[in-house]
Amino acid sequence: MTVQKPAPAARSPKDYASDQEVRWCPGCGDYAILKAIQKTLADLDAPPENTAFISGIGCAARFPYYMETYGFHTIHGRAAAIATGTKLANPDLDIWVVGGDGDSLSIGGNHLMHLLRRNVNLQYLLFNNEIYGLTKGQYSPTSHAGTRTPSSPGGSLEQPVHAAPFALGCGARFVARCGDVQQKDLVVVLKRARAHTGTSFVEILQNCIVYNDGVFGHIMDKSVAAEAQIHLTHGEPLLFGENGNKGLRLRTSPLSLEVVTIGEGGVREEDILRHDETDLTLATMLARMEGPDYPVAMGVIYCDPAPSYDQQFKDAHPLRPQSRKALQDALKSGYIWTVE
Amino acid sequence: MEGSAPTHHSKRPEQELDSAVVRFAGDSGDGMQLAGGQFTLATALAGNDLATFPDFPAEIRAPAGTTFGVSAFQINFGDRRIRTVGDNVDVLVAMNPAALMTNLGDLLPGSLIIADSGAFTERNLHKAGYEANPLEDDSLQGYRLLVVDMHKLALDSVQGLNVSKKEALRTRNLWALGLVLWMFGRNTAITESWLAGKFKSSPDILAANLAALRAGHAFGETSGMPPQYPVYHVPPAQIPAGTYRNITGTEALAYGLVAGCQLAGLPMTYCSYPITPASQLLHSLAGMTDFNAQTFQAEDEIAAICAAIGASYAGNMGVTASSGPGLALKTEALGLAIATELPLVVVNAQRGGPSTGLPTKTEQSDLYQAVWGRNADSPLVVLAARSASDCFDTAIEAVRLATKYMTPVILLTDGYLQNASEPWRIPDLDDYPDFHKQRQVTVEDGFLPYSRDPETLARPWAVPGTPGLIHRIGGLERHAGTGQISYDPDNHQEMTNLRRDKILGIAKDIPALEVCRGKDKCQVAIIGWGSTFGPIHRAVGNLIEEGLGVSHIHLRHIWPLPPNLEDVLRGFDHILVPEMNDGQLVTLLRATYLIPARSLTKVTGKPFKISEIEQAARALLEERA
Repeated sequence: MTVQKPAPAARSPKDYASDQEVRWCPGCGDYAILKAIQKTLADLDAPPENTAFISGIGCAARFPYYMETYGFHTIHGRAAAIATGTKLANPDLDIWVVGGDGDSLSIGGNHLMHLLRRNVNLQYLLFNNEIYGLTKGQYSPTSHAGTRTPSSPGGSLEQPVHAAPFALGCGARFVARCGDVQQKDLVVVLKRARAHTGTSFVEILQNCIVYNDGVFGHIMDKSVAAEAQIHLTHGEPLLFGENGNKGLRLRTSPLSLEVVTIGEGGVREEDILRHDETDLTLATMLARMEGPDYPVAMGVIYCDPAPSYDQQFKDAHPLRPQSRKALQDALKSGYIWTVE
Repeated sequence: MEGSAPTHHSKRPEQELDSAVVRFAGDSGDGMQLAGGQFTLATALAGNDLATFPDFPAEIRAPAGTTFGVSAFQINFGDRRIRTVGDNVDVLVAMNPAALMTNLGDLLPGSLIIADSGAFTERNLHKAGYEANPLEDDSLQGYRLLVVDMHKLALDSVQGLNVSKKEALRTRNLWALGLVLWMFGRNTAITESWLAGKFKSSPDILAANLAALRAGHAFGETSGMPPQYPVYHVPPAQIPAGTYRNITGTEALAYGLVAGCQLAGLPMTYCSYPITPASQLLHSLAGMTDFNAQTFQAEDEIAAICAAIGASYAGNMGVTASSGPGLALKTEALGLAIATELPLVVVNAQRGGPSTGLPTKTEQSDLYQAVWGRNADSPLVVLAARSASDCFDTAIEAVRLATKYMTPVILLTDGYLQNASEPWRIPDLDDYPDFHKQRQVTVEDGFLPYSRDPETLARPWAVPGTPGLIHRIGGLERHAGTGQISYDPDNHQEMTNLRRDKILGIAKDIPALEVCRGKDKCQVAIIGWGSTFGPIHRAVGNLIEEGLGVSHIHLRHIWPLPPNLEDVLRGFDHILVPEMNDGQLVTLLRATYLIPARSLTKVTGKPFKISEIEQAARALLEERA
């Protein structure tokens, strides 16, 4: 007689929700992201005890408190550095770093750069709302020039940093972009991010309903989304638009992408570029696209795996307890002498 | 040199000394640290006790011949316990005019100067600021002067060997070393075997160095050396039986951290960002990966401490090290480690400040920063090592307290301790009790990450990856118990009290303070911390020999202070606190105990002289009379 163990009940998104009351503003885009992440983990049946969310400071950084996983809410800008140390000590942990645009690209820009170039195996989620929320609405490093805020009443003067091109410039091997309300797409992207070995960088366009409501309206509103976004699929033609007949063609001089319409000006379907996730040059051009002349690239922009830092580090520093005697012998190495 | 009358065995006088101070000084590129290090090794193997003081400029290669490019290595050795690098130099090897210019002030009349006349060119004299050649006028009349053209003699010694003129001239340090070895009755065998290892892959350079070393030695042995210069004999010291090696503070720290983690049963994750004089610790530990230790060179000081905290969060012993300016950058993260109550060891190799200050010079001016230098009420443990070899035990103590009490520990050393070497009786590791740190793995209903051990007030250490203990931690004030965010006013009061009481309670777990030299009650207590141990100890010894009522107290535990310190201090009429800062421990003691402690300060980038401390103690004694 064989006894069959009942299959463990698959986890549901609720199993990843902590008992803490969520304290984001009603209508905040973070709710949707929280839901997508809980669904992603449930779909993957990720062991909660092996999962850790690590964050810095800001609205987004409250994320760990709401997850029924291990969580570490650290200090402003330093989540990447803390997560790196955690990963060095235990590469088997599944680590998600969560930060806003100020946390990630202003005070923490240096750590993010080094995390990406090292390629530490974790997921980095940048919730970009182009504003400082928790400190009540100042312009952020991703705010467009001219943004009027309490600290820039005449409009901000600084040019913004673009998260995805920044990540590519730092040597990231996985870069994706998605919107907070795009639940289905977001879950797909998050699953891809988790499956990728190395740092998976995901920029999530997130709406701050209080201080920057509608900042991505020109991209995300249903009425404009088809024309304003292009959804990337590896190997597929780069097509978008209401009728699906607009596409991206490579222009050689100057080297750039151009928006064309199939059937107009002699443009044929085979003239449209196909997305190649492993092509860094293409990824860089796609990541930089913004309206009104170009659609904004959504989905996995770049994915070209390379050995992760933590794995190489583990190979170089294999941790294993040594005997007392081995240490005693080491103390006696080199020139020693005996006094009777 | 404290010596007895010369004894004449042969035609050359032989002089017996109970101690001697030799300083090698030259350009940064002249190899003075190497010559000093090799002389140290030979001296240690000859059975003398010793202390060394490498003193070099911050610039890697300052312009040749300048006074600010002078690099020096001093060694004090003798037939008794040597506690300091020596107040005055007995033998100065001056490889150029700048070295003579900058070091002459530390010589007493009658001391010996060995000068390389080949380097006393018009150009070098001018660079050093000499108007006339001091080797040729009467300005050095009070000293014994041995003028040798080492340029020429080194070149002569390598004649016929396959080296360039430049390479040949670089052997001058070994020529000088050979001569000094001869002068103190030592042979060249140890240095030769060291050179053979060092230049294994460059046989021509090896041959040249060996030739120069032997030539310098032979110069003394044969006719080269004028007969009036004696050979010195410093008998072996009476030091406790055991197996010895030379060790710098840096090496002792590295071994101590490794040993501490072994006693705690934890792997070590050492994260740091290069900064003088702490970088050497990263180098030392990077070579110790066999001992359950990882080293991570972070992108900056903040990332270094954050990665160490992240490693402790994951269950390893997170360790970081820096120097004053770097510790300033780590401050906010230290607060996080205090709030989340994770174990962490932070070594601060202090240097002269403020700001970039004097990167290669020693100072003890980060005591305020260590004890008080954070936002809010944020107590942690502060320890200080007193000597190179004491770094080993202090590092073990740092790991013990960090893990047992779930707290960051700052371990203060300084530039002098990091670089100075001394003979170290290699300890038997079996003498150290294990303090295995148990992480919580047993599942509890309603696990409370901020529950507390009633004895230590430490919270449990449950690390990610452990089933059944899922919880969140963070820098926001958290409920005493559940660890959930809490803005409750009474809870903040309670948590502030708990953090304070946990650290203060450690006083029960540290050894009662003992007077380390002198009587428990008398006129003057000299209380110090860190690397001032040597000069204070010797000064107190000298004053006691004169029958004066002076005692030495030395602190390893700076915060919390030893539980009986106040009682001990009340046994003295006067309390003198010598420090290489502008008066920091003295403020701490006055504030804590309301005692009229007096301050003796020095911030010249050099350790105290014994005489400076003696003088201050005498002044206090006279004041009383």
